[in-house]
Amino acid sequence: MSDLLNVSSNPHVRDKNSTSSIMLDVIIALLPTTIFGIYNFGYRAFIVIMLTIISCVLSEFLYQKCMKTDITIKDFSAVVTGLLLALNLPYDIPYWMAIIGGIFAIIIVKQLFGGIGQNFMNPALAARCFLLLSFGTNMTVFTYDSITGATPLKVIRDTGSFDLYKMFIGTTAGTIGETSAIAILIGGIYLLAKRVIDIRIPFAYLAVFSLFILFFGNEKFDIYYLALQLCGGGIMLGAFFMATDYVTSPITSRGRWIFGALLGILTGIFRVFGPNAEGVSFAIIFCNLLVPLIEKITIPKPFGYVSKKKEAKNE
Amino acid sequence: MSVLTFKGGVHPYSGKEYTKNKAIDEYFPENGLFVIPLSQHIGSPATPIVKVGDRVLVNQKIGEASGFISANVHSSVSGIVKAIDNRKVANGNKVPCIIIENDGLYEKTNSMDNENYLEFSKEEKLELIKEAGIVGMGGAGFPTHVKLSPPKPENIDYIIVNGAECEPYLTSDYRRMLENPEIIVEGLKIVLSLFDNAKGIIAVEDNKLDAIVRLRKCVSKENNIEVKTLFTKYPQGGERSLIYATTKRCLDSSKLPADIGCIVHNIDTIYAIYNAVVKNLPLTTRVVTITGDAVRYPGNYIVPVGADIKQFIDDTGEFKDKAEKIISGGPMMGMALHDLNIPVTKGTSAILMFKKDEVSACKPSNCINCGRCVNACPSRIIPSRLAKAADKNNEDEFLKLNGLECIECGSCSYICPAKRQLTQSIKTMKKNILSNKRK
Ligand code: SF4
Ligand code: SF4
Repeated sequence: MSDLLNVSSNPHVRDKNSTSSIMLDVIIALLPTTIFGIYNFGYRAFIVIMLTIISCVLSEFLYQKCMKTDITIKDFSAVVTGLLLALNLPYDIPYWMAIIGGIFAIIIVKQLFGGIGQNFMNPALAARCFLLLSFGTNMTVFTYDSITGATPLKVIRDTGSFDLYKMFIGTTAGTIGETSAIAILIGGIYLLAKRVIDIRIPFAYLAVFSLFILFFGNEKFDIYYLALQLCGGGIMLGAFFMATDYVTSPITSRGRWIFGALLGILTGIFRVFGPNAEGVSFAIIFCNLLVPLIEKITIPKPFGYVSKKKEAKNE
Repeated sequence: MSVLTFKGGVHPYSGKEYTKNKAIDEYFPENGLFVIPLSQHIGSPATPIVKVGDRVLVNQKIGEASGFISANVHSSVSGIVKAIDNRKVANGNKVPCIIIENDGLYEKTNSMDNENYLEFSKEEKLELIKEAGIVGMGGAGFPTHVKLSPPKPENIDYIIVNGAECEPYLTSDYRRMLENPEIIVEGLKIVLSLFDNAKGIIAVEDNKLDAIVRLRKCVSKENNIEVKTLFTKYPQGGERSLIYATTKRCLDSSKLPADIGCIVHNIDTIYAIYNAVVKNLPLTTRVVTITGDAVRYPGNYIVPVGADIKQFIDDTGEFKDKAEKIISGGPMMGMALHDLNIPVTKGTSAILMFKKDEVSACKPSNCINCGRCVNACPSRIIPSRLAKAADKNNEDEFLKLNGLECIECGSCSYICPAKRQLTQSIKTMKKNILSNKRK
C-alpha cells in the first residue's frame, strides 16, 4: 500500500475559499444593484445584462477552445466581467453593442494578455471606455421614463442641485447599475463582511474624493453638494466593485491606500475640471496602468526589519 | 489578561477534538526491529559506539556526539544490535542508523535520580543535558545544549516555553501541560537557573484554557515565571511570531533568538531537560499524536524513538479507512510520508492520516492578485511575487523581495484561493540559494 500514498510539500491542508467562491460572492454582492437596475429601467436592462454575460462567457469558452487551453469559465470570472460591464452601460444601448462590449472585454482585454490574473486593465471598464470612444452618443445619452434627459451629475453641474433622496435610492437616469447608492452599499458591505475586499481602496477613494470636492468643488464646503457628488455617477460602483478588482489593483496594503487616494484625486479633477460630468471609469483605467509602479514603491518591509534599522542608529 | 499575537497568519480547521481528551498512553512494542537514526538533529551525525552483536539496554548510549553541533543517541530498547546501516527516515533521505532487535524486556541501565540536583553548578547541569542527547523536539532538532550555551548567557532576558501548539490536530504538548504542569515548571526552573538575568514565560494559545489554568496554579509561587495567553492563530508557535507576541522583540533571518535575548524551547524538550537533570535519564521517548479521519483510535502516546511507524499505527490507532496521505508532524509544516517503514524520531510530533488528500484534490490556477497571501504571511513578504520569481528562477528578484525571510510556515499556500503551491516554490528557491551560498 505504501506506493499509493500521496506526497507533496507542506502545507497539506487548504482553505475553503477558491477563485470561483470569491467570484460567486462578488455576483451575490451585485445582486441588489442588478435587481434594482432591472426594476428601475425595465426588461430591457435585463436583456442587456444577459447579453453581456453570455457574450463574455461564450467568448472565453470559444477563445480557450480555439487556443486549446484549459477552459476556465467555471471560475465565474467571465460572469462577473459581463455583469459589471452591463451595470456600466445605459439600458437602451443597442443589443449588438452590448455584445461587442462583452467580446472586447474578454478577448482583447483579458485573454490576449494571458487570461485571468494577467490583464492590467479592468476588462469591464476597458470595454465601457472602448464603447464610449467608438460610439459616443449611444453611450452618453440617457433616457429615463422615456424622456431623454441628463444624468443627475449633469443636472448638478448645470443647476447646482438635485433630489438627494432620489439619487440615494436610485430612481434616476444613468447606467443600469450606477444609480442606486443604497443597493451598491449593501453589496459593498457584504463584500467587506465576507472579507472578499478590504476597506483600504474604497475608503481611501471616497475619503480623498470627498476632501477634493469640499475644497475644489463648485460648491465649496457644502455637505449637501458633497452627498450629491458621492451618490451620483459611477463613483460608488467604482469604489466598491471596479477599483477593488484584484487583478488590476495593488497587492500591497500601502499600495492600496495610495491607489485609492489617487483615484479620489483623479475622479475629482475629471468631475470638476473635465469636459464631462463623469470621470470614474477613466480614473480607474488610468490608475490600473499605474499599479505596477505603485507596487514597486510599496514593497513591504519584512518582519524584523525595523529593529535592524534602529540597531544601525544605536551603533 | 490581554491575549498576545502577531500580524498575519491563518485559521485552519483545528482538528484537535479527535485527541484532545485522550490521556497520554504508553506504547512499547514487544518485538520487531528498532531503527535508531544517528542523525536526529541538525549538525553532524553521532558516531556509533556499539558493534553488531552487542546487547544494549534501554538508556544506554549508542551514538556519541561528533562535533560541537551534534547530539548523543541512546537506545530506547533492550536487545541485540543487528546492523549499523543507512536507512530511510521521514524526509526520504537515508541516514546511518543502529538497528536493534527488540527483546521485549525493556531492561534498563542502572541510573539514580539526582536528588541534590538543585545544588548542581550550571556546568554540571549543562553537561547532563548534553549527555542526555536532547534536541529541539518541534522538528528542526537543534541540539539543546548548544542553544543553552549562547556566547553571552548574561544577555538572555527570556526563556520562552512554546506551548502554543498552533499546528492543527496536534495535542501532545497540550496533554503534557495538562497532565504534568509541575514538571514543565520545574524543567523551566532548571533552564532559568542557567541564566542569571532571565525570566521565564510559558506561552499557550487561548484554545487551551484548562492547561493555562493548571500551569498558572503551578507558577503562582514563582516570581519570575509568567504564563501568557496567546491568541489562537497559525503560526503563533513559530519562533519569530512567538517571541514577538510575548516580548515584542523582532527577529529576522539575520539573527538567532539569543541575539535578541530570547531562547525558545518546546514543551517536550523542557520535559526532557527535567528528566535529564533530575532523573538522570536520556531522551529516548517522545509523545506522538496519532490522528486524522483515517484512524480508528486516535490518541496520544509515549513512543520509544526508533519504533517502526507502520507497526505503531497497526498497534495503536489502526487504519479505519485507506489513507490517501500520511504526514509526519502537523498538516501545515509536516512531511508527507511515502513509506511507512521508517522510525519514530526525536522530532516526530504526530502521525496524521487523512482519507483524502486536499492538495491533490485542487488544481492550481492563475494568481488573481487577491492579496490573501500577503495578508497571511507572518514574515510580511509577498508570497505571490516570490513564487513567480522562484518559478522563473530569478534569483535577483527573489532576493530583492526578501525571499530568504520566508519561514516556510505554509500560510500562503493554505490561504491561496487559486490553490497555488507558493510555499513549495519559495522553499525550493530558498534551498537552492542557500546551498549555492555555502559552496
Ligand atoms: S512566504 Fe513563507 S513565511 Fe510567508 S506565508 Fe508563505 S511560507 Fe509562510
Ligand atoms: S493568495 Fe494566491 S491568488 Fe491571491 S495573491 Fe496570493 S498567490 Fe495570488
